[in-house]
Amino acid sequence: MTYIRPQFQHPLLPKNSLGYNRKDYEGSLSTLCAGCGHDSISAAVVEACFELEIEPHKVAKLSGIGCSSKTPAYFLSNSHGFNSVHGRMPSVATGANLANRDLVYLGVSGDGDTASIGMGQFAHVVRRNLNMTYIVMNNGCYGLTKGQDSATADYGSISKAGQANMFEGIDLCGLAIELGATFVAQSFSGDKSQLIPLIKAALSHSGFALINVISPCVTFNNNPGSTKSYDYVREHNEALSSLDFVPVREEIVTEYNHTQVRFVEMHDGSMLKLNKLSPEWDPEDKLSIVIALNKAREKDEILTGLLYLDTKSIELNDLLNTTATPLNQLTEKELCPGSDVLEGINEGLR
Amino acid sequence: MKPTDYRDPEYYHKVVDCQYACPAHTPVPQYIRLIAAGKYTEAYMVNWESNVFPGILGRTCDRPCEPACRRGRVEEEPVAICRLKRVASDFKDDVSHLMPDIPLTKNGKKIALIGGGPASLSVARDLAPLGYELHVYDDQTKGGGMMRTQIPSFRLPIHVLNQEVEQILNLGIITHFNQYITSLKSIVNEDYDAVFVGTGAPKGKDLILPGREEGSANIFIGIEWLASVAFEHTEKIGKRVIVLGGGNTAMDCCRTSRRLGGDEVKVIVRSPFAEMKASPWEKEDAMHEDIPIIDNHVPKSYVTENGRLTGMLFEKVEAIYENGKRRLVPTGEPDVFFPADDVIIAIGQENKFEWVERDLGIEFDQWDMPVVNETTFASTRPGLFFGGDAALGPKNIITAVAQGHNAAISIDLYCQGEDINQRPAPDTKLFSTKMGIHEWSYDNDITTEFRFPVPQADKKETLSDRKKEVELGFDLKTAFREAQRCLNCDVQTVFSESKCIECDACMDICPTNCITFTYNEDEEGLRMKLLVPAVNETQDILVSDILKTGKIMVKDEDLCLHCGLCAERCPTAAWDMQEFLYNTAKAGHHCYV
Ligand SMILES: Cc1cc2nc3c(=O)[nH]c(=O)nc-3n(C[C@H](O)[C@H](O)[C@H](O)COP(=O)(O)OP(=O)(O)OC[C@H]3O[C@@H](n4cnc5c(N)ncnc54)[C@H](O)[C@@H]3O)c2cc1C
Ligand SMILES: Cc1ncc(C[n+]2csc(CCOP(=O)(O)OP(=O)(O)O)c2C)c(N)n1
Ligand code: SF4
Ligand code: SF4
Ligand code: SF4
Ligand SMILES: [Mg+2]
Repeated sequence: MTYIRPQFQHPLLPKNSLGYNRKDYEGSLSTLCAGCGHDSISAAVVEACFELEIEPHKVAKLSGIGCSSKTPAYFLSNSHGFNSVHGRMPSVATGANLANRDLVYLGVSGDGDTASIGMGQFAHVVRRNLNMTYIVMNNGCYGLTKGQDSATADYGSISKAGQANMFEGIDLCGLAIELGATFVAQSFSGDKSQLIPLIKAALSHSGFALINVISPCVTFNNNPGSTKSYDYVREHNEALSSLDFVPVREEIVTEYNHTQVRFVEMHDGSMLKLNKLSPEWDPEDKLSIVIALNKAREKDEILTGLLYLDTKSIELNDLLNTTATPLNQLTEKELCPGSDVLEGINEGLR
Repeated sequence: MKPTDYRDPEYYHKVVDCQYACPAHTPVPQYIRLIAAGKYTEAYMVNWESNVFPGILGRTCDRPCEPACRRGRVEEEPVAICRLKRVASDFKDDVSHLMPDIPLTKNGKKIALIGGGPASLSVARDLAPLGYELHVYDDQTKGGGMMRTQIPSFRLPIHVLNQEVEQILNLGIITHFNQYITSLKSIVNEDYDAVFVGTGAPKGKDLILPGREEGSANIFIGIEWLASVAFEHTEKIGKRVIVLGGGNTAMDCCRTSRRLGGDEVKVIVRSPFAEMKASPWEKEDAMHEDIPIIDNHVPKSYVTENGRLTGMLFEKVEAIYENGKRRLVPTGEPDVFFPADDVIIAIGQENKFEWVERDLGIEFDQWDMPVVNETTFASTRPGLFFGGDAALGPKNIITAVAQGHNAAISIDLYCQGEDINQRPAPDTKLFSTKMGIHEWSYDNDITTEFRFPVPQADKKETLSDRKKEVELGFDLKTAFREAQRCLNCDVQTVFSESKCIECDACMDICPTNCITFTYNEDEEGLRMKLLVPAVNETQDILVSDILKTGKIMVKDEDLCLHCGLCAERCPTAAWDMQEFLYNTAKAGHHCYV
């Protein structure tokens, strides 16, 4: 009987420039059901952080409640973590982010955690353009509480008990675009080649980055008739774009077809090489993606890839002009500058 | 690349590195698990079926399995496979009632076995239960061959040897000891239905250099000298001894010398230390007994004074490597003299076939060795078979045993009028070990403990008594912990394409990144694009048929820990951990366990 991962690793496992290998970005052994899509997303996070060469102690993982929200325990065990209250991850993330701009914020949530109990918090964190990556592990149900339909379950999707969903499902990507998100992507847990570059791009984005990842719940929502099952998602997956993430250091030398391939420079100087698979769509044109999403819904297609990107994004800290030094590094001198300064402030408010 | 043919038992056989490397294909992980379960008698019998001499081999085997052991690739050192075999032997109960029944009515076939070493005894063990009348001829007073005459008692106690040799002779074997066969013709002219030659490689090489004759009273041939020690004809040696040679015989000669009065015993060898033929552990044991090993010294002459040996002169050399070939080149330094009272020459063994007439229809090759088929062990004369050191030159006990099994199959087929080239298939079984979601019938928890050394008796004591066994063997607690180091390579990861939903769970969980889902191409390309490239080409990759998404599953066998996590993580049981038993065929498809 094993709940312990063997300590041995492959001696030829590659290392990144920090001297870490993938194992250094792993967490404890997952307790999710065997085959849960969420575990694949965890593996993609591990790979993305390894490839991005992020120092693990520079990452803060935040989550709410649900099987999905448990996953931060299963990756990046050397990073900071906060497993918060159901649907309340955004407010914890906001507080942490305003207090310390130096960390990379990675929020993990479920469709229940986001689209039901946490909907209010979600709307505001998007609208404020908090500098974070927000991954929704979307399985169309409340996995942890045994698979009740969630608010993202599609209309007509059949539950494990055989019942068709009577309500229209919430499209989190469309909603986020509507609310002013500056990076919106959609993907599938079973397609790491697409998901890993998206996570890398999201982590490099300055501002709010949503990745809605369809992630089948093998135990409660992988039955025939479910629109969130492995089979259904594979059959209806329609990639809008494919993405290569080009780190800051690398130069772009290849020649390319400008109408199809587009390079987008990120805030930190890295590049996204975007291969547009649909000619009508432009990643920086909000209208084109809204149309594409609606058309896809009519055709029962699931659009995946990078959907929308606002390269002029200004994240919340910059907007509020908060201190660049993390609060925990400010000394009494800066925090209590004396009564003269207070006087000055009060004067200014009169 | 074509999908792997899972039905071919050779695929899974190769995954069990130790068993595959063992010449007799002993089911190693199976007996190691039995030891961990405290079933020593069963573990002994699993060994006995395959290698016939578990107690002897558990102390003396050349252990080709250990360098092959997967554990050595995963961490520093392999599992102590050999010394665990000794544990099975040390702690077994009486096994006499488990020995095969010998039919009272014989099958009417009569076989002569010339030589009483492990090769002949293995043939006898395999054929006796089938009703053959077996006659063993040997010039010694007892059976065992070189295991008795050469291997010193401080490595192999007489009672262990006797028990396992008698265990076979008690199967109704007719012995003709103290009888040296001077003519093979005389044997083939008798009414034997088949003859097996297992006479070993009994001639020690001499080293003729200036002074050899004058010093001859103090110059000995290693294997002759060891035999004479074993028979207690020789009980003493001079204080200063030089042993020439770098193989295991040299190691036995120097260590025996230390026990017979040699205070300053040296091994002097031509080649560099690292290239000596002796096993690393034999060299270690010799050095532990204060025997220096002086390498890169080529003997030039025996030095004598008044017709008596006083020492030897050596030329210093260094090894130069060119195009993968080694040359020993003199360094130009002055020759070195080492004083000595006695010199033992241990530089190799040869076969001796003067007693085999050349007009019997047996073809001999350019080195004057009989031409022997390496599968059937048949000579060019029908009904005449060779095995052990006599067949393909000096090797070791386990090779002699393996060849004995194969010769026994041939003799049986030959006597039953069947084609000896139609080899019987191995007996294989593959069955699931699943007991629950996280439960298997084997212990899949992987310990990180390092190899445990085998405790030794006090040096003072062992050096003063030639018969005192040096190694004490593992106690049961240590044996258990050492057994737990085994990775159960025979519990196979069996994959079924039809069940796989490609959720990647196995790929994500695998601690050593063995599994990759990717698109097919040729083997070379496939090996390079795995999660971690599969660069160890001695290890196969397991390739599935095409899956729903058009990808395939590829598993590199190289560093699989057989931990079962892939199967525990698989939601559809597309992976299963299945125990694979592989037993090479024995004569008459006989099964002992
Ligand atoms: C010093 C030394 C140490 C060794 N240590 C090890 C070890 O630790 N582990 C290991 O695996 N191997 C060891 N070996 C090798 C091993 O002993 C042999 O490979 C093995 O015994 C070969 O078995 P066999 O049955 O072919 O022949 P043998 O064991 O050589 O038996 C042949 C028998 O036939 C008899 N014989 C020969 N000619 C005739 C004849 N014409 N008529 C009648 N009888 C005859 C011989 O006297 C002998 O008894 C060692 C060898 C030496 C020399
Ligand atoms: C305040 C509060 N309300 C309700 C619950 C019960 N609860 C636990 S998890 C969960 C739903 C989780 O669904 P989702 O976020 O989709 O996660 P999944 O398990 O599907 O990954 C609910 C309702 C709770 N823990 N706390
Ligand atoms: S219940 Fe569903 S979501 Fe939760 S761990 Fe199991 S498969 Fe994953
Ligand atoms: S780990 Fe065990 S089964 Fe695997 S090669 Fe070593 S001894 Fe054999
Ligand atoms: S048994 Fe499975 S999980 Fe374990 S090392 Fe082998 S392939 Fe990987
Ligand atoms: Mg959910």
